[in-house]
Amino acid sequence: MNTTWSRFNIVSLVIGFAFLYLPIVLLVVFSFNESRLVTVWAGFSTKWYVSLFNNKSFIDAAWVTIRVGLISATFATILGTLGALALTRYTRFRGRMLFSAMIYAPLVMPEVITGLSLLLLFVAIGFDRGIWTVTLAHITFTMCFVAVVVQSRLVTFDRSLEEAAMDLGATPVTTFFKVTLPVIMPAVVSGWMLAFTLSLDDLVISSFTSGPGATTLPMRIYSQVRLGVTPEINAACTILIAVVAVGVVIASIANKRREVQKARDEQAAARH
Amino acid sequence: MKSLGSFRRKFAPWNDPEAKPYISFENVTKKFGDFTAVDDLSLTIYNREFFALLGASGCGKSTLLRMLAGFEEPTSGRILLDGQDMRGIPPYKRPVNMMFQSYALFPHMTVEGNIAFGLKQDGMPKNEIDARVAEMLKLVKLEQFAKRKPHQLSGGQRQRVALARCVAKRPKVLLLDEPLGALDKKLREETQFELMDLQMKLGLTFVVVTHDQEEAMTMADRIAVMDKGKVKQVATPAEVYEAPNSKFVADFIGNVNMFEGTASTVMPGKVDIDVPADRITIRTDATRDCSTGQSVGFAIRPEKIRLSRKEPANTAVNAAHGELYDIAYFGDMTVFHVRLESGRIIKAASLNAVRTVEDPLGYDDKVWVNFDTDAGILLTA
Repeated sequence: MNTTWSRFNIVSLVIGFAFLYLPIVLLVVFSFNESRLVTVWAGFSTKWYVSLFNNKSFIDAAWVTIRVGLISATFATILGTLGALALTRYTRFRGRMLFSAMIYAPLVMPEVITGLSLLLLFVAIGFDRGIWTVTLAHITFTMCFVAVVVQSRLVTFDRSLEEAAMDLGATPVTTFFKVTLPVIMPAVVSGWMLAFTLSLDDLVISSFTSGPGATTLPMRIYSQVRLGVTPEINAACTILIAVVAVGVVIASIANKRREVQKARDEQAAARH
Repeated sequence: MKSLGSFRRKFAPWNDPEAKPYISFENVTKKFGDFTAVDDLSLTIYNREFFALLGASGCGKSTLLRMLAGFEEPTSGRILLDGQDMRGIPPYKRPVNMMFQSYALFPHMTVEGNIAFGLKQDGMPKNEIDARVAEMLKLVKLEQFAKRKPHQLSGGQRQRVALARCVAKRPKVLLLDEPLGALDKKLREETQFELMDLQMKLGLTFVVVTHDQEEAMTMADRIAVMDKGKVKQVATPAEVYEAPNSKFVADFIGNVNMFEGTASTVMPGKVDIDVPADRITIRTDATRDCSTGQSVGFAIRPEKIRLSRKEPANTAVNAAHGELYDIAYFGDMTVFHVRLESGRIIKAASLNAVRTVEDPLGYDDKVWVNFDTDAGILLTA
């Protein structure tokens, strides 16, 4: 492999990464700023973190976000997995192509439209807006992502595993819980994590479908910013970034280790 | 233990009019849309038989197996197992177990877990499961691999786990879909004998699907040769090889030289066949009825053809002159390709019974091809 770096490559790499990460780095750095002014560095301090944890509206919003995220990700995972199963398993029903295409539609649908249509629905059926309407809205738009992730795993799933289980006396229900689900579990877990992250940082759909007492963290931050950016918001964002980064790093390390272990096992087995 | 051979020699329930078939396919048809996978097929298999379904891919043999396992329902006709109609009985309630071509081992379970899976579904007590699993591991010689996961095993070991898993439930019938397909040649030969041994020890009925004729010939008591959803012939390996009932079977099993001609003279016990295309007249035992002028086929295996430099005594029938065109040396035997004067190429095989031959046949040598009247077989279908 060619490992010599041309000057052009280095420059484009630096510019590219700077473009991606410089704003984030600035945000993190200024969350530790002593000064209230966001643009002037006045020394290191963690006081904005302290004030953030004393800010009840932020803490409330964080709780709302976490609750909405956990509940909606869980339900979206169940529904999305079932949808993916139906679409990959029953390959011969009428209109399957239409349904397959329809599951991708919400992925490319402008959030404003999803949010507005859900709002109109809730108003039409007289559903009081609050934490439950936000949760329902999040289930609706994240389950498509789960379905797509799980579907891509199911396409390569060896159906003879299920047939073997049934052949050995397992009913279809036992087969699903003892064989199918454990095998596709990694995809289901990634689907859940994707749904949770999407729910966590959604602003547009939440704004449309939320009501009094159900302000999510992104909504809280956004409304705060309109009154001016404070280092407190920088601190909140830094915590969010840290949580997501730690999650991603742990997931990818675990994944990598599993792959390495598997490759090693297979090599060892081949030597017998 | 009694040797395999002594049992095998006596085992022929299909010749016994009193014997009741264990598995019967009665006029079974299976269609997938417009495609007919199995076409009005009837077949009987006996208890403790090692039965092989042999055919090229797409001949319907796997569909037949899957219908027996319950993964597919026949479009029409019925399947009886030990006298019971299997229609509508789901796979998890059938007393048959299947070994899949891909082995279908559960990747998230250990070897033990895989073998115990079927037993747990039956609600067997834990201590009995443990005992049975240990017994199975011993049977397939995998005791020290009990805690491994499937991906930590070699191909041959996985195959044995798959086997142990489907034998563990003591099914009445074991279905094997290309059981040795994924193994290399040497391991395949060893495993063939292990499978036969296992079948004898457990006294099970085996139905094996294969496209490998050598595998079918080695292992099976009887072979069903299939083509386009139909059974062409059901017979013992020796019968299928030595007495094929049709051009298709003769051509499908082993190597063969096929001649197409017309029956010119029908004598008591003998028939003369004119083969104008190859400029040869064949005289063969009349193993089938045929009439003068009927177009017939004649099949002869390469090893039943003699080659000589000397002109045979009778050159009027069953003899032709040609030259050696190709020689394929296999170690144990050599296959000669002889180009007759008509241009037809004939395969003749000879066993290399001695290590060195004085003046061996070489390329472009002029040779005579000849054979006896009982060497080949007359085919009317």
